This record gives sequence, C-alpha cells and structure tokens, in this order.
Amino acid sequence: MKYSFVCGIETHVELATATKVFCGCSTAFGGKPNTRCCPVCTGQPGALPVLNKRAVEFAVRAGLALNCKINYLSAFDRKNYSYPDLPKAYQISQYALPLCRDGWLELESGKRIGIERIHLEEDAGKLVHERGSTFIDYNRGGVPLIEIVSKPDLASPDEAREYIEKLQLIMRYTGVSDCKMQEGSMRCDVNISARPEGSELLGTRTEIKNMNSPAFAERAMNFEFGRQCELLERGERVEQATMRYDENTGETTVMRTKEDADDYRYFPEPDIPPVVLEREYVEGLKEGLCELPLAKMRRYIQVLALSEQTARLITKYPKACEFFESALKCGAGAKRCANLITGTVFAFLESEENKEKFSLKFSADEFAELAMLADGGKINDTVARATLQKMLSGGGSAKTYLSGEDMRGVDEGELEEVCRRAVGQNPQAVADYLAGKQKAISALFGYVKRATAGKADIRLAEQIILKIIGEK
Amino acid sequence: MRDTIFELSRALRTKKISSVELCELYLKAIERENPKLNAYVHVFYDSARRDAERADRLIKEGKGGLLTGIPVAVKDNICTEGELTTCCSAILKGYKPPYSATVWERLRAQGAVMLGKTNMDEFAMGSSSESSVYGAPKNPIDATRVTGGSSGGSAAAVCARLAPYALGSDTGGSVRQPAAFCGTVGFKPTYGEVSRYGLIAYASSLDQIGPLTSSVKDAAAVFSAIRGKDERDMTSFDGEKERELDPDVKGLKIGIAEQFFEGLEGGVKACVESAAKRYESAGAELIKVSLPSLGYTLPVYYIIACAEASSNLGRYDGIRYGFRAENYSSVEDMIIKTRTLGFGKEVQRRIMLGTYVLSSGYFDAYYKKACALRERIKSEFSQIFQKCDVLLTPSSPITAFPAGLERLNPAEAYLADIYTVSANAAGLPAISVPCGSDGGLPVGLQIMGERFSDYKVLSAAYFAQVDGICPDYGVKGGVEL
Repeated sequence: MKYSFVCGIETHVELATATKVFCGCSTAFGGKPNTRCCPVCTGQPGALPVLNKRAVEFAVRAGLALNCKINYLSAFDRKNYSYPDLPKAYQISQYALPLCRDGWLELESGKRIGIERIHLEEDAGKLVHERGSTFIDYNRGGVPLIEIVSKPDLASPDEAREYIEKLQLIMRYTGVSDCKMQEGSMRCDVNISARPEGSELLGTRTEIKNMNSPAFAERAMNFEFGRQCELLERGERVEQATMRYDENTGETTVMRTKEDADDYRYFPEPDIPPVVLEREYVEGLKEGLCELPLAKMRRYIQVLALSEQTARLITKYPKACEFFESALKCGAGAKRCANLITGTVFAFLESEENKEKFSLKFSADEFAELAMLADGGKINDTVARATLQKMLSGGGSAKTYLSGEDMRGVDEGELEEVCRRAVGQNPQAVADYLAGKQKAISALFGYVKRATAGKADIRLAEQIILKIIGEK
Repeated sequence: MRDTIFELSRALRTKKISSVELCELYLKAIERENPKLNAYVHVFYDSARRDAERADRLIKEGKGGLLTGIPVAVKDNICTEGELTTCCSAILKGYKPPYSATVWERLRAQGAVMLGKTNMDEFAMGSSSESSVYGAPKNPIDATRVTGGSSGGSAAAVCARLAPYALGSDTGGSVRQPAAFCGTVGFKPTYGEVSRYGLIAYASSLDQIGPLTSSVKDAAAVFSAIRGKDERDMTSFDGEKERELDPDVKGLKIGIAEQFFEGLEGGVKACVESAAKRYESAGAELIKVSLPSLGYTLPVYYIIACAEASSNLGRYDGIRYGFRAENYSSVEDMIIKTRTLGFGKEVQRRIMLGTYVLSSGYFDAYYKKACALRERIKSEFSQIFQKCDVLLTPSSPITAFPAGLERLNPAEAYLADIYTVSANAAGLPAISVPCGSDGGLPVGLQIMGERFSDYKVLSAAYFAQVDGICPDYGVKGGVEL
C-alpha cells in the first residue's frame, strides 16, 4: 500500500527584543552564566512579571506577516511543570487566547500552509553539564519566544523544509527574530503521520523534538516517515510518542510515549491582566510591515528582470536586498548590481553568517557609483569585478582604485584603428565568417580585447568590425 | 482607641524623643515581652538602629513626614533586601531576598524604621498562625487563645504595643480576622490598591497587603503611604483620590445582609448589632440587602486559593535558595525530599488540593466552576452597592479560639474566615474595627465597600473610633509614652 506524508510543525522563535519578556534584563546571547538575570527571571519569591510591550508588538508583527487574524483580547496562562531550568516551576504562556490565529504561509508553488496559532511565552534557562556536575544558567530564562503552530498541511519532507526556510526568512525580514537555529533562537518540533493514500483519516502522529536545521529536519522526517510506513506495512500500529533525532546516525528514537505525557494544569496567569489591543495599533503595525521575501523575489523576477536563480539567492538575505535596493535608488542597473552582489560580494563574504550581516567596507552609494561606471561603458565588466574585489578588501570608493588609464576607455577612432588591424591580420577568420561560420568572428573580438587591454567596448567593436567586413 | 502613629510623630517632631530613643524603647520591650508572645520571629537590631539614625537626620533636616522615625513590624512574607524573609516556613530557612517589596521601599523612603518580621501561618495558610515553623504567637489579651491568622504576629505586636503599627497580608481575611481576635484595627484595601511586588505569593488573585494599627486614623495614614500604581505590579492601580477621613455618617446608607447574621449567636451578634444601632442613631440609614452566595464563598476561596498556591509554591525546590534536603540520589529525589521536609502539613494539604483541582479531568468541575461562582459573588456585591454605600457585618462569627483547635479540626477553623473571604473573592476594600467584647475577648466589626471606595470605608469605620464604639482592651507590657 502507498502512504501519504502528513506533517505539521511547531516552531519556537526567540524574539529580537533588547530586553526579556517579563523583566528588564538583556536578551543578548551567551554572556557569563547568570549575569543577565534578576529577581523576576530567576523566580525569586514575591517577584512579579511585567509584560514587555515590544514583545507583544513583535509577536503581532509575526502574525501579520503570516496573514493571521489578531486577537484584540488575548491572555496569558500558566503552564505548570517542574524542571530545574524553569525557575518558577511554571512557564508563562498563552493557552486559551493566543495573540494570533488562522493565518497562512505561501510556498513558492503557491500552496498555502495553514497557521493555526501564534502565542507569546518565555524561554527557560539552560542546563550546563561540566566537570561531572550540572549547572544552571538562567541568562536565557525569560527571553521572549513565540510558538508558531502550523496546520498538518505539509505533504512532503521537501515542503516541510521549504516551510521552515520561508518561516525563517519572514522572521528575519520583519526583524522579529534572527532565527539562528544553531544558537537555538529558532527550534522546530515536527509532527508526522502516515495515512493510506486517498484516505481522509489522519494516522497516529509522532513528534520529533528540537530540529536545529532545515536540512536535518528534512532527513529526520524522511527517516521517521519510512519507519512509520514500515510499521503499518507489517500491520503494526504507530504509537503516539515524542522522538529524538540523532544527527550522527540519521535515525529517530523514542524519547517518551503518550502514557507519561505531562499534565500542565493550565490556568489563567493572575499576575498579568488580559492584553487588549486597539484596532488602530494593529492597523499601524500592518501598514509598517515590509515587503515579504516571496513577494520580493517575484518582483525581482518580474519587474527587475533578474533570473530566478539570482532573485532567489539575493532574497535569502534581507540586508543584501536592502543594500541592493539602495544602489538601484542611486540609478545603477538592477541586473549588474544583482550579479555583482550574488557573485563577487557573496564569494568574498563566504559564510552564511557574513552574508546575513552583510557588513561591507563601502556604502551602497559607493557600490552604485562603480556599477554605474560599468553601466555607462566607462569600465567593462572585468575591471568592475576586479575593482569591487579591491573595495571589498580595502574599502572606500571605486575611484580610489581606478587609474586614469582604466577610466579612459578607448575612443571610437582608436577602436576603429584596432578593428581594421584585427580584420587585416585574420583573413582566415574573415573568410570563414563570410562563408557562413558565425562563430569565426569571435577570434577578431579576442584580438581587440588583447590589443586594448580589455578596455574596449566589445559591442561597439562588433558593429565596427561588421561594417569593415561589409565594406569589403 | 489611640492614634499611636500621630502621637509618636508629634513627639518626634517636637523633639520630646528621638527616633533612636524610640527604637530602643521598642527593641527593649520586644526583648522583654516577645519570649512570652512570640509575635516577632526575626528582630533586626542593627538595621533598625540604622533606620532610626537615618530618620533622625531626616527630621533634623526638616525632611520628615508623618511616618518618619516611627517603627514598624513587617509580616514575614514581605521581602526586605538583605534581611530574613522566611514565610515562617522551613523551606525558606535563612532566605534573605536580593530585593525589597514595593511597600517596604515606599515606607523606607518616608523614613520608617523596621523592627523585625512578625509571626504568621506558614505561607499565610491558616487562621490561627499556629502552622508557623517557629511556633504559634500568643494572644496578648488571653495567652491561652490564638491570635488568629495568618497575620497573627502583626496583630499581637500591635495589640501588645511592641510595634506602633504593622504590615500584614490578607488573602481570605488574614489581616482582618487576627485584628478582630486581638482587638486592633486591620484594613484590607481594594485588590490592586497596594502593590504586591515583593509579597511572597500565596494566592495571587486574592492576596493584598494591608496595615494593622491601633486606630482607624492610623490605618488610613499607613494606607495612604503605601498605596498607588507600581510599575512592577501589573495588577496595581491608582484608586480613588486620597481624602481626609470624615466621621459624619449622617445619610450614609449601610447595608445589612441577613446571610451574615444567620446562625450567629451570643456576644458577637450583640456587639455588632449594638454597633449598627450607634450608626443609626448618628443618622445613618440601615438597609436590608442580600448576598445569597455567601455560603459559596469558602469553597470558592479554597479552590481558587489552593489552585494558585499549588503553582506559586512550585518554585521551592531547593535549587536556587532556601532549604535543601541532604542525602539525595538524584535531582528529582532532592526536590521530593526538600519539599517533603520543608513544607508543613497544612501547606502540603493545600498544594495537593490545588494540584487536584487543576488536573485535567477535574478542572471544569472545580476550578472553572469556582471561577464562575466568583463572578456571581462579584455581581451580587455590585447589586448591593447600588443600594448602599457600605456593608456592615461581623468580622468573624467567633472570637479568638483556644490554641490547638485548628490542628484538631481544620474544617471548623476554616469557618473563622467565613465573613472575610467574600471581600477577597470580589477584590473589595474591607476593614475590621473592635466593637466590644464577648467573655473578655474582642469582637470585630467589618465594614466593606465597593472597589476603590477605600476612603469611604475608612471614613465609615472612623465613626466607630470617634463615637467610642471601640473599647480599650488594656494590654500592658509594651511601650507607653
């Protein structure tokens, strides 16, 4: 029997607010253990939470970017469970009335993946195992998190991977989160089930916890789906369970089954009054929302005529797009700028982290100036790339690297001289061309390039050469 | 009834006595009397003297206010930076908070002098203060009787003149009931009027800090000093504008709800009814009203309070602060042993009860139903306050009961709070003032009002003080000026 893949994903995203969700401590990653905490986020007796308005704003922005309805009345609840990294023995979260609900995320295919809800909550601390002991670092405790719960609409591991990547991108675009999966600022729990093809009933699901990269998530899902299909094929049942994925073996193993699931004893958080949002406030955030990645990519292809590959590559990095669009505003050509950025600049930046930061030693204006020199034929592409390389290492404007010689170009009279020589010294190529071999003419272009040290405008040279040959 | 705070403040300002001298008088009296009464569980000799020196400087510089230089006793569940705050529980043994509660910050800013921490039921769970890990305080009026609770130490300290005034906390009557049992004034403000930041939570939606004093005027002064919106407590508010107390009750509509008098017997009934008549003869109008849900208030209180407590007390696991059990085999084992040894029986009972009512499968039948009833109680109160300004009731159906009763029969002792819990359930301001004696033991008169009518309630109670309804129980041994 054939089985269909059914998957829904719960994603935890750490918000990029400067301070924690219920106190004024810094949210910066790392730091000496237990230096970024206070009576509130270490759960000292008597301390009370104060809701960070920025965290609410970020969560609502995330919801708007995912086409959610915003609950004008939402509330916090306590999720009670005991673990050493949770200093109050409850997590302040949202249960009955989350901030956002009923949205969707669009994949490149145009398919919409439903978003069930987005709620705001606090992160826990971290256990550190060292020197044979276990220590607790509460620096992360109280960092604002949103949990984004998708509907079980993902029909293949490939779609699931794209969903995670798109989600990551949307969060980065909107400035809601940096979504660094390695640092744990984005964590995915994937729920998977298999059902006989054509059936409407959902199978029993398992949940794989804490996927820390889209690629591992895809691999884990493939393995887990295969495991479930095998069980069903043998006539066995899939048991509802929480799974762990081992990146080294590529296999999933059972962490705990439904029988030992926690009872979180949710109840309304008495220390935080319900959150009431004004319609105007939400509308204001909606208007302030930036262009989202998929829309941007489509615009780059359709309006700016970038290739699909270039558009996809550049839209992965919001800061690169910002830089790119600033250069366009200065008047530089879109295709040349995009190619220089995704080619020379990305190659120089090398790592994902650097491409995300996109911190360069020159401004978008200076970059535009270089691109426009090339656009105007003052320098050719080769010189442009070489100059950009120098700017990337040394910084500053293009003109500091371009000599008078580079900039002078080749004037038309001079170029005609060179072209006549090219025709004169390559009779065989000319004959071949006249005999119908179109490609033969490229030998003449090579001559012109060599003779002008690459400075000649080849398109102009082509016109001149064809004119000379025609005269013959 | 003496306005102790005002008298002392005058003495300080006219230089009859310095704050340091006053502080020494109280510390000596505590040293002498406290071994008998057990009202204080921690006495802060050093910091009290430092506070007093600071107050004397403020007075000298002409920066003193009403409370500057006046000593205060603080309940052991209100955090004070660097000074023991243990909730009278073994689990918080040795705990010195890294921060101060807003109420103490506000009093300190006005030059208050903290003498020490007062005895209470462990985590404020009880009606007699007998569940304290330090042993029960004794009622200064009759040492064989309880002080009431949970702010029993605060009531005893004020009654015995071991403190001019004290702070308590009131979750189901924990300020008013011990005040009634010890013949002092106890005021529970509107929920949210006084910041809970730094009050170690028992039941967050019910807890409220309030003063225990020797007069209504003193209570109003302390309330004015600690009230108001606090950025660190999202449930706090700026309520009604502060105003002078007005003892004129002419035209005041006083509600009398029959349910508060059903089955009430003997001296308590007589005292409260006679007090009501005094109000009437002064021109107040007594109006019959009804609170049909009064019988539900105790079960509603116990379900909601225990549910919240089970969550609030989850943090005491021996990991970060307080007591940690020895000889454990794993983290889980350590937590279990710590909580088993660190919490007393009553606290364990309420944690279990609260965990049960929140468990899946029982949530709707208990917690959800209790919340619905709580709403009904609130709406019955708003109907009452459409007809009258304040409600007059007994503070408790009984007077201070003999020591040991609560342990023998907890369900019976729960009844001591039957008239006080409704104000917590509805978040209303309520005060208990002494209104007579029954067999030599004080009887308390309770006056309740609608939310944010704190000064109206205080004014109505001030009549009892001015009219002389409140007797002097004549306790000796404390500080006399």
